[in-house]
Amino acid sequence: MSLVSLNSFYVLAGAFVLATAVRVAMDKGHARRWSTALFWGLLGACFALGGSMPPTVAGYLVLGMTILAASGRVGMSRERSTGREERLASAQRLGDRLFWPALLIPATAVVGSLFLGRVRWRGLALVDTANLSVTSVCIGAVLALAAGLRLTRAPVRDAVGEGSRLIQTVGWALILPQALAALGGLFARAGVGTVVAGLVERALPTQFSFVAVAAYCLGMVLFTICLGNAFAAFAVVTGGIGVPLIVHAHGGNPAIMAAIGMLAGFCGTLLTPMAANFNLVPVMLLELEDKNAVIRAQAPIALALFAFNLLLMEFCVYRF
Amino acid sequence: MIKLIGIIVIAAGFALRLNTLLVVLVSGIVTGLVSGMSFNSIMEEFGRLFLTNRYMTLPVVMMLPVVGLLERYGLRERAETLIRRSAAATAGRVLLLYTGVRQVSIALGINVGGHAGAVRPLLAPLAEGAARVCHGSLSKAMVERIRANAAAAENVGNFFGEDIFVAVGSILLMKGFFEGLKIDVSAWAMALWGIPTAVAAFALMAWRTRVLDQQLAREAARAAGTAKAAGA
Repeated sequence: MSLVSLNSFYVLAGAFVLATAVRVAMDKGHARRWSTALFWGLLGACFALGGSMPPTVAGYLVLGMTILAASGRVGMSRERSTGREERLASAQRLGDRLFWPALLIPATAVVGSLFLGRVRWRGLALVDTANLSVTSVCIGAVLALAAGLRLTRAPVRDAVGEGSRLIQTVGWALILPQALAALGGLFARAGVGTVVAGLVERALPTQFSFVAVAAYCLGMVLFTICLGNAFAAFAVVTGGIGVPLIVHAHGGNPAIMAAIGMLAGFCGTLLTPMAANFNLVPVMLLELEDKNAVIRAQAPIALALFAFNLLLMEFCVYRF
Repeated sequence: MIKLIGIIVIAAGFALRLNTLLVVLVSGIVTGLVSGMSFNSIMEEFGRLFLTNRYMTLPVVMMLPVVGLLERYGLRERAETLIRRSAAATAGRVLLLYTGVRQVSIALGINVGGHAGAVRPLLAPLAEGAARVCHGSLSKAMVERIRANAAAAENVGNFFGEDIFVAVGSILLMKGFFEGLKIDVSAWAMALWGIPTAVAAFALMAWRTRVLDQQLAREAARAAGTAKAAGA
């Protein structure tokens, strides 16, 4: 138990998403007004009521959101923002004070991750220690919003309106990371990883130690590209290829194998649209035209770094 | 073998450029069905995982109102003004500095940054502002390239600093994994072996940000050339 639980922030975020739904519903000129409002309403419900919602209901809500998004029924509403002239004038007026609320978020994250976990009151933790970093960021966002409202003397309505504008800029891609994480879980439950590991073992001459290293690193990258998540790939590929071949058969160092193998997997994360929160959500947030722009920018780094990891492991894992 | 059909659905869906959300859901349903789950239990499992993973979306949603509010009052414009004061700033150097700070801070266990909280409101405007100082007005393609590289700076800094910190998710995950197999592996050793890749990642980022600055200079020179030709 804790005083400020993660769930209270889910409820708060849900309320904001529901407010977006209401704003869309009230926008009479919106071409896809009701279906868009419904999409944000369903998502808001998942957030606000997720703590007590039966999982099957949530599953069908996700199905509903997917059908709305896939049939092109989720669109932008016309949230009005200020023009460039107005912004320049207000930037001139407020000056560097504009940075303070923005910097409050990382500052709270730092202080929160270092100290908040230790604050207790009558045996009750102040925050949920298991989710310390996410909770700290959320507290930071709330504090920053309070500071921002105070600085600009804007009404809360403005913040909700601007937030709605941004959340609609991201659009349905916002729930992709969660959907992909759920898919990874289903893959794991169905045993997809074990099947692939078996295939690799049969197909490659793994009696050579460098083939084992190459198979492990390539396996980490390919699995991460397919699953969008190096953590999910790690358990499968290390259990299926790394431990039996590199550690047991060839006597490699497990710490070196795991550390470098995970980083090889991260190179895969840089390359895959399946890692939506890293590679697709920013495309929407930064309003880029090319959906693969972030992956394209990362590809040279990812490939070079993968080669580096492969060679580093080959050189070190059997020596130390 | 039949269980791999979900991966094939994903690959085909991406190749055909279908709606990603739809491809993911269909892949999950097909994988569940071929491994003997009922449609209802697939929905239950999908819904359960969707709800437990809400924490992935939560920080983005929580930050949007304050980021939007500050943008309305000119945060991005102010960031561009700020960078104009620094003569040495180029888009590439701003991004490289960010990657370095991100790597070091996350290696110390401090997770600051993020696409919603830092890249959109601060890093991208800073880099664009620096580029405007060096090259004058920017074409749409140049802005697009700077922003994509800003997102890359965040991802590279985030991924390749994280594994140096002992109490972080990935190290704990690896430690837990080996404990399950009764193999004794020290978290410190794993963190230590993350350092060479972190250094290499920073070096590669230095190379890419240099390339970015050179590309921007070339495009600006070309744009100036066409303007002059049109004027003559």
